Amino acid sequence: MNSSPVGHPDTATAGQLDARSVRHRGTGTVATRRLGVIVILMMILLAGLGLVFSAEDVVQGSTVRIMYVHVPTIWVAYMAFALTAVCSATYLSGRQRSLAWDRVAGASAEIGVLFVAISLVTGSLWGRLTWGTYWVWDARLTTTLFLFITYVGYLAVRRLGGTHRQRARRSAVMALLAVLEIPLVHFSVELWRSLHQEASVANPNARVELDGLMLFSLFFGLVTFTLVFVWLLLHRQRVLALEDAVSSRGLDVAIEQRRSEAI
Amino acid sequence: MEHASFILLSWALSLGGTALYAWWVVRRGSQLSEHATDEEMPWT
Repeated sequence: MNSSPVGHPDTATAGQLDARSVRHRGTGTVATRRLGVIVILMMILLAGLGLVFSAEDVVQGSTVRIMYVHVPTIWVAYMAFALTAVCSATYLSGRQRSLAWDRVAGASAEIGVLFVAISLVTGSLWGRLTWGTYWVWDARLTTTLFLFITYVGYLAVRRLGGTHRQRARRSAVMALLAVLEIPLVHFSVELWRSLHQEASVANPNARVELDGLMLFSLFFGLVTFTLVFVWLLLHRQRVLALEDAVSSRGLDVAIEQRRSEAI
Repeated sequence: MEHASFILLSWALSLGGTALYAWWVVRRGSQLSEHATDEEMPWT
């Protein structure tokens, strides 16, 4: 009769291994797979709207089609960094200080960095067409670059080593300071002279003069990229949970080995 | 479409960059889950 403990991958019986190999391993679930399919379909529709069906701009012509990826990515990046700050505050303020908040904060920041990078690159390409240059050191571009560098620094701080709780605490403090850059970036075009145009929609002083389908495509892009963010966040924070579990187990094994050597 | 190369490059970098990151995350998750126990994967 086989008396191997159940559940541990190294000691399971052949039958249990077969059952586990049939069951899907990874960070996906039925819900995330369905969300993934929806996101892919929405991306295809967004591409159709942005590249084909929406009208060209009166002044910028077809270059406005870059807006449908440039604007949603920076807005989702703002949201990602704000979520990082909220999770960080929640982690610091909670009595139990669940590391799950820290992992969501870290995952959100990483995705935010990706989207800021995309926004900077697409903005640079758009600038080449409209301003004749890939880069100028104006307020909006410079502050956005600072935002990118700050959060790359945040990700580096998370990798400095130490216990998971030390990582969580120092990262949380940094996140709460870094988030203050977001209003600086967003209002930079109003506070200082900037080549970058002011907000076309999220501006209480501006009349929204976008064509109907252009406006719909822009908001559709915001929704699509937000769902992309949600999908990525679900997967990435689960990956971080697995990394923490594996590193904790490795530490436990190392401690046990030292104890056995000492005996 | 005027300036098609720049516009399509913007879209390709946006969607391609996102897809590449998504692929890396899922792959990393699959690799780590090979060594994880059921308790460490509560979402399954």
